[in-house]
Amino acid sequence: MHHFIDRRRNPKGKSLGNRQRFLRRARENIKERVDSSVRGKSLQQDNGEPSEGEKVTIPAKGLREPRLAHSTTGGLRHHVLPGNKEYVVGDAIPRPPGGGGQGGRKASEDGDGDDEFSFTLSQDEYLEILFDGLELPDLVEKNTFEMLTVGTRRAGLTTAGSPNNLNLVRTMRNSLGRRIALQRPTLAAQHEIENQISELEMKEPLTAKQKERLAELQTRLECLERKRRVVGYIDPLDLRFDTYVPEQIRNSKAVVFCLMDVSGSMQEREKDLAKRFFLLLHLFLTRGYEQTEIVFIRHTHHAQEVDEEAFFYARETGGTIVSTALEKMKEVIADRFPTDEWNIYGAQASDGENFGNDSQRCKSLLLEDLLPACQFFAYVEIVDEGADMLLGNSEAGEDLWQAYRQVKDKARHFEMQRVSLPSHIYPIFREFFLPKIKGAQHAGG
Amino acid sequence: MQAAKTSSNVLFDGPEWTFELLEKARDAIEDIALNDLGLEVYPNQIEIISSEQMLDAYSCAGLPLMYQHWSFGKHFVRDDTLYRTGRQGLAYEIVINSNPCISYNMEENTMAMQTLVMAHAAFGHNHFFKNNYLFQQWTDAAGIHDYLAFAKNYISACEERYGLDAVEEILDAAHSLQAQGVFRYGRPPQPTVTEREAMQRVRDGYESSKTLLDLWTDSTMRRDDEDNGREDHAISARQRELNLPQENILYFLEKSSPILKPWQREILRIVRCLAQYLYPQKQTKVMNEGCATFVHYYIINKLHQQGRITQGAFMEMMHSHTNVVLQPEYDDPRFGGINPYALGFAMMTDIRRICQTPTDEDRDWFPEFAGDPDWRGVLRGAWANYRDESFIQQFLSPHLIRNFKLFTLTNDALQPNMVVSQIHNRAGYRDIRRELARSYDLAYLEPDIQVTDADLRGDRELKLTHLVRNGIQLDQDNREEVLKHVRRLWGYEVGMSTEEYGQK
Repeated sequence: MHHFIDRRRNPKGKSLGNRQRFLRRARENIKERVDSSVRGKSLQQDNGEPSEGEKVTIPAKGLREPRLAHSTTGGLRHHVLPGNKEYVVGDAIPRPPGGGGQGGRKASEDGDGDDEFSFTLSQDEYLEILFDGLELPDLVEKNTFEMLTVGTRRAGLTTAGSPNNLNLVRTMRNSLGRRIALQRPTLAAQHEIENQISELEMKEPLTAKQKERLAELQTRLECLERKRRVVGYIDPLDLRFDTYVPEQIRNSKAVVFCLMDVSGSMQEREKDLAKRFFLLLHLFLTRGYEQTEIVFIRHTHHAQEVDEEAFFYARETGGTIVSTALEKMKEVIADRFPTDEWNIYGAQASDGENFGNDSQRCKSLLLEDLLPACQFFAYVEIVDEGADMLLGNSEAGEDLWQAYRQVKDKARHFEMQRVSLPSHIYPIFREFFLPKIKGAQHAGG
Repeated sequence: MQAAKTSSNVLFDGPEWTFELLEKARDAIEDIALNDLGLEVYPNQIEIISSEQMLDAYSCAGLPLMYQHWSFGKHFVRDDTLYRTGRQGLAYEIVINSNPCISYNMEENTMAMQTLVMAHAAFGHNHFFKNNYLFQQWTDAAGIHDYLAFAKNYISACEERYGLDAVEEILDAAHSLQAQGVFRYGRPPQPTVTEREAMQRVRDGYESSKTLLDLWTDSTMRRDDEDNGREDHAISARQRELNLPQENILYFLEKSSPILKPWQREILRIVRCLAQYLYPQKQTKVMNEGCATFVHYYIINKLHQQGRITQGAFMEMMHSHTNVVLQPEYDDPRFGGINPYALGFAMMTDIRRICQTPTDEDRDWFPEFAGDPDWRGVLRGAWANYRDESFIQQFLSPHLIRNFKLFTLTNDALQPNMVVSQIHNRAGYRDIRRELARSYDLAYLEPDIQVTDADLRGDRELKLTHLVRNGIQLDQDNREEVLKHVRRLWGYEVGMSTEEYGQK
């Protein structure tokens, strides 16, 4: 009657449904916290991946499970407590602050009297909430969101093929079956007879009976050998080969170009802001595409493609010619990222300074060469914290800003914004990627 | 006491457990439990689970199957966080009042712990579940699995049909009244044959016709009518018609709410049935744990005497046992109320002492069983026939009150200070015992709220009455929130008045 059951192999995550319902319930609160966690701090690692899970603390309000319960204060109560040391009947003890008394009962039954509730979101859940409601700016015109490449796929077995594709297991299985069916004598059986023959041959004077026996054995051996020759160990009939067929694979790849001015005017603060924007963009695209790559291009009066470390931390001095970076980007695209294979995203950060009339050149480069190749191009101008005038007024600005404004008028997939604080990054990011049918969305809800 | 004689006698040696060793240990425990202690248990089904599965089980009130609701997810993420950050360990086992009796043992346990846990859960708790009158009368150990499966499927079918939000709303409301969803004194009215058929039909086609429901409700009410009508002539005809006053608010809403749809009533019923199923456990924490702890303590000592467990394993079990029965004193930072394991174990051990070596005081206080040679029988009788409140009232001895150095503290909001009202001396024993017993009486711990009136032909306001004892009011925030839920279920205005206890 009694028995043991090993349940350890049972699927875990029995409460996944409950967890999803919980996240759904607390979505508003969680979202708020996730958003502010992005605003407040950087996305930790340099590769832009948040850690394993993200700890969030949300207000417990709205997650309370109200119960009819006695108030913890007021009224007449008796408590029974263990460990009396010096009290005698009639001793008065001042009430501990916070009421309640030493009843030892918890404030509420399920202990959620706390105002805050902390737990850990998995990375998927975190990203899901972080980018909730955002869409890839896929303008479809280019039809490159998903591309087809050719790969191979296993396609069962065939009876003919090249030796390197021989499927040994299947071949041997066929061989064994055939050998059993056709009663191919084993090597052991052959040896057995051979042994008997040699045994008989050892005894020199043979009786008639033994001679007869020897002859019989010899014919059997002959027979065996013939049969072994006829029924091969492996017959061409047994052979099986793996086959592969070429297949079209849907593939989506994206590349993010991070362009940044690293001239002297870009200090630690400016770079930090730019970095946050690039990280968010990369993270966001990781979710939309199977494969994403990043290209870092920094520029002063000339542009270089560099690695991440050099991009953010290396020092470089010189003037500022923005168009060099755009030239470089164009070059890299032509070189390595054919537009019919890659979805190209550009993100440029600068403090808005540019040399002489280079801005006009930037404008034409963007309009004529880069924007037709890109899915999306964002320009982020980092201004001083005190520059309210610039932040509030999108018309005011220097050459580069003015030139880009003209670009924006002509290209729908070009966006530009100014930021001065880390907390600006996430809102403008959301603004860039909100579904473009804004009117309908707002009216709806 | 003899130490281990021969190594061949030893059940296991070393920390790793295997299923063969578990079988061996289980058989040795069973022998002592059944033949020495005379326990009577359901067949055991012992399941080994991982820590993640234990966390899953935690979030669903320990039940093996449960419908889905966000609050279980909330408990899960909290326990998960506490566990992962090392602030909370996990139980060694969970045991379910069912037939066969299922106990979950953690795979992390050492062989010594598995042995202890089997003695504790698979025999101690199991015996208590099978024999205690509350469980016998109020729970259906054989049917609980089927009912849980029905509940889970029903609720997920409702979610598919009516949407997550609609189901969540009803469940939230029902959960807020779960403590008010039990019959405390009378057995729940058994459904009649017609009712049962009606319910079955409603379950089969979730949204069957309205008239069917009327039939169902009417037949219940008419039957209850006869029971109550004769007893209390003072209650108005209207109240009688609705079977009022009614302490089981969920039951009342399920049967009489003017707005609920059949599937919503069924959900209320599910929540109410599960509350009723768990209600005996709430009333027997001290006894249940006391019984299980006493049983494991007795069994491991016996095994040790027989030389069947090694000295090391015995020490490990004793270490764990001592942690479990620790009772911090009131001024200890670890103090969190009276530990049911400590109190329960001490009382069981004390009963045995009173039977075996009674003092004059014991003979004075417990003439019925002091010196009784069959201490096992006395304990089994206690386990079968009491709940925490009556058990403490009946069996707490002055000896234990002195051991625990219990004292009572009177906290009257009208006085500036709290006053020590009784200490562990001759004058105080009875008062302390009564107060301690009362502190386990759910009728005192949980607010007494009843449905008193509802004029279905008039304004349809549902009137609830809170009977206030000793001036202890309801927690205001909770009260407002719960009333909102009641309004949602009732569909019309809901008011709650208070009445001093004893004034009516």
